[in-house]
Amino acid sequence: MNLEGATDAVRLRGVEFKWNTRDAFGLSISEFQVLRGERLLLLGASGSGKSTLLSLLTGIALAQAGNVETLGQRLDKLGSSERDRFRAEHFGIIFQMFNLLPYGAVIDNVLLPLSFAPQRRARATAAGGTDSEARRLLSALGLPADIGRQTASTLSVGQQQRVATARALIGSPEIIVADEPTSALDDDRQQDFLDLLFRQIDATNATLIMVSHDRRLAQHFTRVVEVNDILRASKSGARA
Amino acid sequence: MTVARLALQSLRNRWVTVTLTILAISVSVMLLLGVEKVRSGARDSFAGTVSGADLVIGARSGGMQLLLYSVFHIGNATNNVTWRSYEDIVSRPEVAWAIPLALGDSHRGFRVIGTTPDYFAHLQYRGGQTLKFAAGAAFNDLFDVVLGADVASRLDYSIGDKITVAHGVGSLGPQHDDLPFRVSGILARTGTPVDKSLHVSLKAIEAIHVDWRSGSRIPGLATTADRLRQMPLPPRAITAAIIGLKSRLQVIGFQRTVNEYRAEPLSGVMPGVALQEMWGLIGTAETALLGVSAMVVVTSMLGLSAMILSTLNERRREIAILRSLGARPGTVAGLLVGEATLLTVAGIAIGTAALYAVLVVARPIIDRQFGIDIGVQPPSTTDALLLLAILIGGMAAGVLPAYGAYRMSLANGMRMRT
Repeated sequence: MNLEGATDAVRLRGVEFKWNTRDAFGLSISEFQVLRGERLLLLGASGSGKSTLLSLLTGIALAQAGNVETLGQRLDKLGSSERDRFRAEHFGIIFQMFNLLPYGAVIDNVLLPLSFAPQRRARATAAGGTDSEARRLLSALGLPADIGRQTASTLSVGQQQRVATARALIGSPEIIVADEPTSALDDDRQQDFLDLLFRQIDATNATLIMVSHDRRLAQHFTRVVEVNDILRASKSGARA
Repeated sequence: MTVARLALQSLRNRWVTVTLTILAISVSVMLLLGVEKVRSGARDSFAGTVSGADLVIGARSGGMQLLLYSVFHIGNATNNVTWRSYEDIVSRPEVAWAIPLALGDSHRGFRVIGTTPDYFAHLQYRGGQTLKFAAGAAFNDLFDVVLGADVASRLDYSIGDKITVAHGVGSLGPQHDDLPFRVSGILARTGTPVDKSLHVSLKAIEAIHVDWRSGSRIPGLATTADRLRQMPLPPRAITAAIIGLKSRLQVIGFQRTVNEYRAEPLSGVMPGVALQEMWGLIGTAETALLGVSAMVVVTSMLGLSAMILSTLNERRREIAILRSLGARPGTVAGLLVGEATLLTVAGIAIGTAALYAVLVVARPIIDRQFGIDIGVQPPSTTDALLLLAILIGGMAAGVLPAYGAYRMSLANGMRMRT
């Protein structure tokens, strides 16, 4: 497999990071790499630093030391608003729950990232128009055709996760990041959800980074990494 | 635009709090603008007590005092102006018209003014309006009296009624009850002290005092009305006079002539200037009122700030979602400032519209009751500045929560835990 920089979806080296809040949670990573097209499962218990890791590699948080490279771009070389734009263009993010703006229409929730990502908007427009692309994704994810006009808060948790997936996929960003997207779903729905997600990711050839505490998901992924193996989480004053 | 549409959906979702907040802003806008309207209306009405007159003259005194007793009928003149001086002054070529005023008598608390028919022809108020008769006509007979609107309505008088005049301004003074007057005319309401006055001819003032010396009746003398009508009775003195000149440009020179008049010490005062000075004194109360309503506006702005601030905790997730999608912290903060601005604009629009609706309905009532004409004109420059100040205040009210959101989005990143 080619290990050149441009083929890396994400590459972290010598990263030291600490949140600037009272709990002062921090972590350090000596080396971590995700290749393009990989489907990576990061396994870890809650509080192990998974969300912090995702904040780092999507450029929401900036490491105090070391470098984070995404799609060949060093994030610390970008200004903060360039970083936000970069994240909007190249990442689709699915959270564990509460993914959507609850008061918003489903269709507006799906279209929201395009407001911050002109390239993704251009791709969605080229694919047949932003609205129809949003509707196509919603129905491809098994949602009823008329769901777009509903208010997000009226949807079931499972439906909300699918809407969030459509939002992450619209405009075909290169990397899909999913933070425990199935943990709020029961077993049957987990399976359905993952099937739909993988089908869409295959279609766009995106890289998938999913974090979970659930080992049973491992079979679906090309690579499984224990979070504890790549990072040493630390509470303030108790660094290893 | 999706972001704007979602922001509106967010507001719709909180419509109860949003509506109440807009209502609070509207009410404060109404109050502030209303007070300002009443203030400028009152000032204009006050300044319009006399208009078109160039100089008010009287015995030597301060300008304000002269204006108080001659125009507002408050207090008394220290001295009179002799008829000879008056005639001398008004015969000067600059003078276009003159209205002599002889004060000192009253009727049940209302002042009686001795004057000439020129009073009804030349006295102007509020930007050049002249006096109009609601009923009857100016005095013709020696014992005719013309009533101001308030006098007629309060005392329930109509044309043809007989009234007697009291000597002095106290209502319990000795009565000129042997010589009753007949109401010949009633003036339309003006909202000025004219409404509270009774008007008789200068000759009538002389007539009722024929049998009097030093403020009391000479015992045994009782000249009849018919006899008095035959007497020449030239006026001996007046209290003050209102003078209009042929040209505005001559005012300063003419004022000097009056002030330096050799035969007796006189003062001439430009009514506009003295009215402004007086407004400076009584205007303080209005300023205090404006201050109070400004506080109400500040309170509503604090309420707006608190309303948005209180949603901030529920919005942690929303902020994290927006950040994860690539919204800059500035965009997140801008949404909150935008929200505050939108609510303020809505409040200003509704408050202003409601105020104008109230003004249209209440204007005639206020004018009738208080003699204050609140013009229903488009907002003045002052009004516009006040509204602008409220708008800026509203935006500022959004800044505190926006800063909180900005800090929150920088500090917490994608972490959703609270």
